[in-house]
Amino acid sequence: MSKNSFKVLRPGISTTFQDLGRDNLYHVGLPFSGAIDKRNFLIANSLITNKEDDAVLEFAYQGPLLEFSGSQTSIVITGNVNFKIIKKDATEIKGECYRTYNLNNKDCLDIISTEKSVYGYLSVKGGFKINKFCNSYSTTVRAEVGPNDGKKIENGQTIILNAVDSAIEKSLEYLNSKIEFIRVIKGTNFDYFSEDSIKDFTSKDFIVSKLTDRMGMRLSGPKIKNLKKTNIKSEGLGKGVIQVPADGDPIVMLSDHGTIGGYPKIAVVISADYDKLAQCPPGEKIKFKIVNLTEAENLYKIYTMETKNIINKIR
Amino acid sequence: MIKNIYNLGDAALYCDFGDTVNKETNLKVINYFNDIREKNITGIKNIAPSYNKLIIYFDLELTNYKKIKDTVENLDISTFESAKTKIVKIPVCFDDEFAFDLERVEKKVGLGKKEIVNQLISQKYFCYMTGFIAGMPFLGDIKEKIRLDRLETPRVKVPKGSVGITEQFCNIYTFESPGGWNIIGNSPKKIFTKDPTKLTLIDPGDEVEFFEISKKEYSKFNEQK
Repeated sequence: MSKNSFKVLRPGISTTFQDLGRDNLYHVGLPFSGAIDKRNFLIANSLITNKEDDAVLEFAYQGPLLEFSGSQTSIVITGNVNFKIIKKDATEIKGECYRTYNLNNKDCLDIISTEKSVYGYLSVKGGFKINKFCNSYSTTVRAEVGPNDGKKIENGQTIILNAVDSAIEKSLEYLNSKIEFIRVIKGTNFDYFSEDSIKDFTSKDFIVSKLTDRMGMRLSGPKIKNLKKTNIKSEGLGKGVIQVPADGDPIVMLSDHGTIGGYPKIAVVISADYDKLAQCPPGEKIKFKIVNLTEAENLYKIYTMETKNIINKIR
Repeated sequence: MIKNIYNLGDAALYCDFGDTVNKETNLKVINYFNDIREKNITGIKNIAPSYNKLIIYFDLELTNYKKIKDTVENLDISTFESAKTKIVKIPVCFDDEFAFDLERVEKKVGLGKKEIVNQLISQKYFCYMTGFIAGMPFLGDIKEKIRLDRLETPRVKVPKGSVGITEQFCNIYTFESPGGWNIIGNSPKKIFTKDPTKLTLIDPGDEVEFFEISKKEYSKFNEQK
């Protein structure tokens, strides 16, 4: 069997190998990283019948243009993604997310853009021929660790695929839904902020700014006023933590966040709503709603159950 | 020992060892950190020490805040000797090319360059924690004479290797990163190694010594790397 591979004809804005994330390295300054939208990551690997934690290519905004070489392979794309397959004879097939496609020698996969969202996922039957770093296929670009020397996919490079014979034919009817509120738990410095600012935080719109990437999401909106102090002793951070620096604009920590920070924490996004928040593109409006710990834990149970139910509907 | 335990969101908690930032408190945090890591408690995904707190991140599918809190509260932490610490020597070049904020530091603390460098290299430092970016060590305490606040506006990009000071601490930017510390030198030494068996050169609890190198030695060092 000839070697299956993709030649990168256009890398896209931020295309990286990711899996479920890398545990146990916070203490050296490495965050979990991993696929930002866990649900769409899991659906991608299930549809293509890979292992749950196999590596995928995650892309943001504009995705890659890839030329396939080899006998044949099956692929699937999840998220809200506009893509097409350009066959060797130049005929074009408009791509649909959540259904598998077979690629033959010299077919091109053109992942044009994510729509009204940020991240999309490409999973390939059999996975990519890449190495793990500390038990994970996740890439942390800032620390240069992970597959592909810890780098984003680059123009002209070749991505080797694990060769498999079987063609996959699966599909799923699924629509990524939006929610009215992003639910949060009060942060550990909640009482540093003025009553008016707390009211603003839980009632007014915040807009996702352009200063947003896998590390964090900066929001703009009503300025959050700190009454106590704007710097605290640096301490551990987690994904979903919302810090408010002296300028009053909140920053949400995303999967590649710095592991230590010294700005007061007004709130933390609940685990069940993290995917949905991280998928909000610049310009989108967000409203926050406070829930308690028990509610958050129950909502996470519902979230995992829903994910399982969605995956069970794959045909 | 632990003064208080409280949740950070639904999947993490802090063990708070009190408000004081000093070596004694931090050593307790580091001991708990080492001990809890060795115990391999079900559901704990990440654990890291900071000056006076321990953050524990857990898997909501396997456990929850209450269970981890109960487990940590009932731990028998036996060892209070920090066992595996070492002394690490780090070369630093204080050439003007690297020392972006030296002038600001000179003005604020009222000392000349030579004196500032001497103050910095004349003692050993204790590593309180590593993080923010991979391998970045938070070292202290620097002499009172050279203490000052961080920059009013942080830099968007601090070059890799930069050595910075702020308040009672100094650190080394192990990767290019945004940052607000006062940069007074640069080290050619690779601190984050990427070797999975030994990822960092400096670990919490270690002692660090700086020694001055010339620009010539600095560029030679780079060649050897």
